[in-house]
Amino acid sequence: MTLHLARRKTVNLVMLSLTGLCTVITAGILFFILGYLAIHGAASLNWNFFTKLPTPVGETGGGMANAIVGSAKLLFLASLVGVPIGFLGGVYLAEFGGSTFSFFVRYTTDLLNGVPSIVIGIFAYTVIVLPQKHFSTLSGGLALGVMMIPIAVRSTEEFLRAVPTSLREGAMALGASKAKTILTVVIPAAKHGILTGIMLDLARVAGETAPLLFTSFSNRFWSPGWEQPTAALPVMIFTYAIAPYEDWHQQAWSAGFVLLALVLSVNIVARIILSKKGPVPR
Amino acid sequence: MQAPIPQPSPDVTMGTRTLNMPMAEESKQAVHAASKLSTDNLNFFYGDFQALNGITMKIYGNQVTAFIGPSGCGKSTFLRTLNRMNETVKKTRVEGEICLDGENISSLEVSEVRRRVGMVFQKSNPFPKSIFDNVAYGLRINALATRSTMREKVEHSLRRAALWDEVKDKLNESAYSLSGGQQQRLCIARALAVDPEVLLLDEPCSALDPIATAKIEDLIFQLKSGCTIVIVTHNMQQAARVADFTGFFLLGRLIEFDRTPVIFKNPAKKETEDYVTGRFG
Repeated sequence: MTLHLARRKTVNLVMLSLTGLCTVITAGILFFILGYLAIHGAASLNWNFFTKLPTPVGETGGGMANAIVGSAKLLFLASLVGVPIGFLGGVYLAEFGGSTFSFFVRYTTDLLNGVPSIVIGIFAYTVIVLPQKHFSTLSGGLALGVMMIPIAVRSTEEFLRAVPTSLREGAMALGASKAKTILTVVIPAAKHGILTGIMLDLARVAGETAPLLFTSFSNRFWSPGWEQPTAALPVMIFTYAIAPYEDWHQQAWSAGFVLLALVLSVNIVARIILSKKGPVPR
Repeated sequence: MQAPIPQPSPDVTMGTRTLNMPMAEESKQAVHAASKLSTDNLNFFYGDFQALNGITMKIYGNQVTAFIGPSGCGKSTFLRTLNRMNETVKKTRVEGEICLDGENISSLEVSEVRRRVGMVFQKSNPFPKSIFDNVAYGLRINALATRSTMREKVEHSLRRAALWDEVKDKLNESAYSLSGGQQQRLCIARALAVDPEVLLLDEPCSALDPIATAKIEDLIFQLKSGCTIVIVTHNMQQAARVADFTGFFLLGRLIEFDRTPVIFKNPAKKETEDYVTGRFG
């Protein structure tokens, strides 16, 4: 009897330690990355990083102002492509889709979500870069936009579905048509969730490097308009990190730190919005 | 489809009652009142399942009509056919006629039917908007008020729902800041704002405590001068308290329909008697 009890206690202790250890590792990885980036990145971070262009090879100093603006432009274009398609597609799936067609679309969307980002880069390369015969901000924006679509569709759909039927019925019982119900009750009830989903989606593609390598390429100077190659933070990190100059490594750390800080703050803000204003308090 | 249980025609049933029983003056008037809503041999199907079976009845204007019966007997389904809400449920089918003021509701625009026949649901369902915007919603979508008359109409509706005094200082706060009973009265105010001729109440008090329930019952008394009220309830005492007429549903059929006192004190059918005396259910 006591032997049995001792065995049980030992198994319990081992399993508890094992699961606990894995939890600590999971959380630890994030804090390790954060801490490491903070130490290396923040140390060499200065005002020039945000305001200056990269210096020519061999000269120290300079910054990544063009890459910050370039990333912003790319994300703007990505939103133009991904948000309307994703949002309206989500509205269709949640509110209008028949069962067979919706199943097909949902399945396709999930597959698209699983397509490696570099393959989506090839898509944008084929559609825009090859015909135009030059790299451009436009093609990079398209690649990121396509990457945004699946998550925008599915998160919009989920948040719209979470709006209780009772609210739809309440609106329709007052004489509202289906379209009016969706526009005036369902979407407003889900707007915080939808917005959060899109913010997280943007934060996710903000760190994408692979699809930009052969679409927006990179640029050591300002990139006016939308037709020229542009620098972007993730690509700059890649370029600078593999370069043989110590000064560049420092800048890559800084860029990584800035990018992570941006993505992390978007994530945190999004989660605060979501926790404060759930789809519908019920 | 012929009903195994003989289907009483409400008119005939009431006709015999008027001969046999002395009635109060006001009840006599009610019999002569025109029917606001009537159904003729109404059948309703969820897919292959027949939920309503040959319902023929009249609902009288400016009276309170209650439907009682065990869960799943079809009383809520019947209520929801009266404003065509069941059309929003997939794979459903209606047979037979429903007339509002003598006009078949299936020939009317669905938004018109739902504006004229308002509905309050079992669980209060205020929109995630301010108290004011909840009441104004129906007015806005149906373009029933201008910018200048909106406030006045919202106030009028909240007063009719006996909620004005409690919310007048916080019209811009979220509707979810109200208590459960207040939320249900807000839903009533929202339904009243478009000035419906009939108000359907689907177990409006089932989630409320006795005090909030009493407030809603008082409200029903006050409202019936302005509109016809149909209420589905699980609570037989509630039907006895508020309703002028009561219909007893069982397994998708209307077993008996008569004046409330008759249903509770002297029902014609054994099933009704068993149910109201608590012998089955």
